[in-house]
Amino acid sequence: MTAPSKPTAKVSANEAYGLPPKLFDARCKACWFVFGLILLTIASFWTLNLQWAQLFSYESVKLMGKFIGELMSPDFSSKFVAKLWIASLETLAMSLLGTIIAVVLGLLIALPASKTHEGDMAYFKGPARLLLNALRSIPELVWAALLLIAAGLGPFAGTLALGLHTAGVLGRLFAESIENAPPGAAFSLRTRGVGEGRIFWYATLPQIIPQLMSYTLYRWENNIRAAAVLGVVGGGGLGQMLAFHMGLFQMSKTSTILLAMLALVALVDALSYASRKWLVR
Amino acid sequence: MSAVLPLPSTAQRDPAWQGRVFWLVAAVVLLWPLLVITEFKPWLLWHPDSRKVMGNFLSDFFPPAHDAEFLLLIAKETWRTVAMATAGIALALVLAIPLTLLGTSALSVSQLSGKMAWMPSVLRQTIRWLLIVLRSVPELVWALVFVRVVGLGPTAGVLAIALTYAGMLGKVYTEILESGEAHATQSLMRNGSGRLQAFSYGLLPQNAAELTSYTVYRWECAIRSSAVLGFVGAGGLGQQLDNSMKMFKGSEVATLLLVFMLLVWLADKTSTWLRKQLG
Repeated sequence: MTAPSKPTAKVSANEAYGLPPKLFDARCKACWFVFGLILLTIASFWTLNLQWAQLFSYESVKLMGKFIGELMSPDFSSKFVAKLWIASLETLAMSLLGTIIAVVLGLLIALPASKTHEGDMAYFKGPARLLLNALRSIPELVWAALLLIAAGLGPFAGTLALGLHTAGVLGRLFAESIENAPPGAAFSLRTRGVGEGRIFWYATLPQIIPQLMSYTLYRWENNIRAAAVLGVVGGGGLGQMLAFHMGLFQMSKTSTILLAMLALVALVDALSYASRKWLVR
Repeated sequence: MSAVLPLPSTAQRDPAWQGRVFWLVAAVVLLWPLLVITEFKPWLLWHPDSRKVMGNFLSDFFPPAHDAEFLLLIAKETWRTVAMATAGIALALVLAIPLTLLGTSALSVSQLSGKMAWMPSVLRQTIRWLLIVLRSVPELVWALVFVRVVGLGPTAGVLAIALTYAGMLGKVYTEILESGEAHATQSLMRNGSGRLQAFSYGLLPQNAAELTSYTVYRWECAIRSSAVLGFVGAGGLGQQLDNSMKMFKGSEVATLLLVFMLLVWLADKTSTWLRKQLG
């Protein structure tokens, strides 16, 4: 039998397990974390003065009930569905073209943003990474609102917005793929004096293309979701219809548009899943 | 050397050139309808009218607006954005945790002895569908609905974040709980402990780090989306940005964009740091 090392400390009956830690300890990081979290949450609710009374008032409950009732009976009249087809096609095209623009632009910026080998000075690495971060940290919706000034209302602004934001996201991922590509093939070409451009085309790119494709497909899935709502600020497609009909409180039409959005997202997810399977086959 | 070995023809140098040319042509043919549908007319950007408007707007970007009154307003809106995200996530947790507990099959007693009984199975399937519906409607659409019900202001934004993120969190929590090692939980339940006991002593300690880390990541995402929700009138930085943009005040837009980037960057760093501490 061994005596407890500290006679003053409290000891549990079964020494092998010990007592549970104290509820709050000044040295316990997790305790401070939880404490800060609670403080932040309380402060948030305190300062926002949320209108619960209004949310649970008789009128708004009645309005919600009416909305939900109308949402349950979507409008499938052929004239409206025809319009919906066009808008869905527009949204799909926006997401596709936006992704293609992003791939081209992202790759163009990713090349200077990556340091491919020891001797590569990578002069433009800093500025290129800064540009990618700037493109990435402004959301699609803000880009769309900014571009509306130059490109006017419609799907063009939305497409460009998707392209710019996604170029930032993809460019960073592409740059990392380029840097992490297996160096063997590029090295052997480089020792024979092949230029950097051809090294990229024939050694680096073929090795990383499956990864690039999978990033691109993943972003396409994201972009179809984004494209669907971009119209709310005037970027064309389903979102514009949604904002229009919701503004007029035509909930049965809104419901059909929402269904179309969900179907479109499901379709793109399935397509992307299928092509990913086909690629890694 | 070249006298001995004649230079190979193009076809020999690149054996795949036929395929490359074919796919290049196919890509152009497929791209054409996309360009038509999206009204892709880049030369419109260079039209003298839009160039003048854009030039005026952009030249106003520098110097960014920095008078004390405006900065104070922005500080207030920035805090509002963070508060909306935090309150939204808190409400989302209130909704997501019970749904997770009800929906995860890791806490199924009947599954201990073979197949899950049909009643709990139906309940779990229903909850799964509810979570899918909650998260597949974009938060912007929820916000549009709630702006109609409770009026302009942060309440709509908080509710929108709460509903969408409840769906996301609930789904991923369920998956995390189901993917872990089930042994401890199962032996607790086999020995007669209740589901809640089995959760708090078996499942939760095992998965706490992963669950917290995912929640922190989602909080970061919520900050980004709460900044955007302002565009439909839900308060915060987005609303301010929308206002300044509608009034063509380039200097204010520049400041707001900078604050926006800074906020996203800070949230990203905080969340990465917290998750590193947890991992």
